[in-house]
Amino acid sequence: MSLSVRLRHAFPGFTLDAAFDAPSGVTALFGKSGSGKTTVVNAVAGLLKPDAGAVTVNGRILLDTDKKLHVPTPQRRVGYVFQDARLFPHMSVARNLTYGRWWGGAASAKELARITDLLGIDHLFERAPLALSGGETQRVAMGRALLARPDVLLLDEPLAALDAPRKAEILPYLERLHSEAQIPILYVSHSVAEVARLATTVIVLEDGNVVRTGPATEVLSDPAAVSQLGVRDAGAVIQARVLHHHDDGLSELETSAGRLFLPRVEAQLGATVRVRIQAQDVILSRTRPAGLSALNILPGTVTSLLKGDGPGVLVQMASGEDQVLARVTRRSAQALELAEGATCYAVVKTVSVARADIGSDRAAQQRSEV
Amino acid sequence: MTPLEWEVVTLSLKVSLWATALSLPFGILTALVLARGNFPGKQLLNGIVHLPLILPPVVTGYLLLLTFGRRAPIGAWLEETFGLVLAFRWTGAALAAAIMAFPLMVRAIRLAIEAVDPRIEDAAATLGASRLMVFLTITLPLTLPGIIAGAILAFAKAMGEFGATITFVSNIPGETQTLPSAIYTALQVPGGESAVIRLVILSVILAMGALLVSEWLARRVRA
Repeated sequence: MSLSVRLRHAFPGFTLDAAFDAPSGVTALFGKSGSGKTTVVNAVAGLLKPDAGAVTVNGRILLDTDKKLHVPTPQRRVGYVFQDARLFPHMSVARNLTYGRWWGGAASAKELARITDLLGIDHLFERAPLALSGGETQRVAMGRALLARPDVLLLDEPLAALDAPRKAEILPYLERLHSEAQIPILYVSHSVAEVARLATTVIVLEDGNVVRTGPATEVLSDPAAVSQLGVRDAGAVIQARVLHHHDDGLSELETSAGRLFLPRVEAQLGATVRVRIQAQDVILSRTRPAGLSALNILPGTVTSLLKGDGPGVLVQMASGEDQVLARVTRRSAQALELAEGATCYAVVKTVSVARADIGSDRAAQQRSEV
Repeated sequence: MTPLEWEVVTLSLKVSLWATALSLPFGILTALVLARGNFPGKQLLNGIVHLPLILPPVVTGYLLLLTFGRRAPIGAWLEETFGLVLAFRWTGAALAAAIMAFPLMVRAIRLAIEAVDPRIEDAAATLGASRLMVFLTITLPLTLPGIIAGAILAFAKAMGEFGATITFVSNIPGETQTLPSAIYTALQVPGGESAVIRLVILSVILAMGALLVSEWLARRVRA
């Protein structure tokens, strides 16, 4: 189960030249607006005919310009969830949902019930698309794409048009979708928080080129990727295992860097979750801090310092097998004499927790002060 | 209504309904080509479609006589092959009305097609619908209010067509004498004012009726 993409296409003033493989699971196509993300997705869907390239899904060739092969969009079996949903305004929600079935003929009534239940849209059947909220609209769009039984699912910034509460409403459905769907999912986003929470693999696009690919934990914790991710959103993602739920409402998590105490994590004992520590939520200390209210202090060694344009420095620290990122000012970096190889302690103020991977137990997103 | 007036009204309705119904598929096709097509000669096609709107109707009628007259090439072929005679028959009146109304019909439908978001059609294609199915299930239903508007406009224009009709098929009572021709004839008769008034009132009623039907249809489609 995989998607392989190789594309070259010249627009006036912009050239896309990108190649990557997306394994099953969620692959985030990450980049600033104008980096070519939507162009890639449109070429996979056949809505754009690139100058040159090849696209294969699970071994089935959708496009090969060398062989002059261009499978038309209707025969590609791609589920496409657009940023602007694009529900059919003249049809009810139910007819929107079953539209793909007319031509595919595949999805059964049982599947309809399962997917509408999964997305929480079974009570909306008789409504007109114009009468739906933004969040409902996107959920119906996802259901419509899934019910066409696609071989690959394309999500083009499905949350971008929504405000924060609507995003929070949809994210759990997306996570469930990801654990349920057994197909490669290409998720276009420019939000590090979304990518950190959903993606297994991350592909970073910049000016039409792939500049970085790898597992999400690796790419997001790499200070070199910060220029693409944006300093504000820089942060390390590390795997953690739930060890114990304490009576005082805290959960104890084990990471290779040490133990973390977080407000109750909604996951079973032994479950693996993904913990995201944003660089701006980390304080560095050269000596083990004492008399501090912070519970989570991780020891480590500085592996690199990345100076930006502003007054800040991004410090990468190896802690156990994991990487932690901290954002401090140049002044503090000098005062602490931070350099490669220096031992120091990361005081973690805030942690976000997301489910670890496809198929594992889902943990509710928590961002909590500790 | 006198039997004569009744004859005029039913003939006008028959001519206009046939003109509208038969030109509608061509109107939709032409509007689609003009709205979405991208080919050399598109402006030429657009010009030809609009020609009846800008030419004097008498000229259009005369050109119809030159092409569809019984001894003209197309007219002779139609009579030989299908036994269809157009010149000086009600069928010819329908053709003249259809040609004159065509630009108005195409214009209304074209605007409606241009208002359909092609991205919605893309979405349907990703769900597996072929181009024809996208057109039938997405484009056409979304264009329906415009198609109704175009058809009603064409019908109203056909009801009022005079110049091209009288040139092409003359003014034969019971065969080609439509409402405007009848009004014209009545005006030529001394003391025919009362007949004229009655026919004028009938015209107004029919036009208003067509308008009301179109409003009702448009509301039904939207609901």
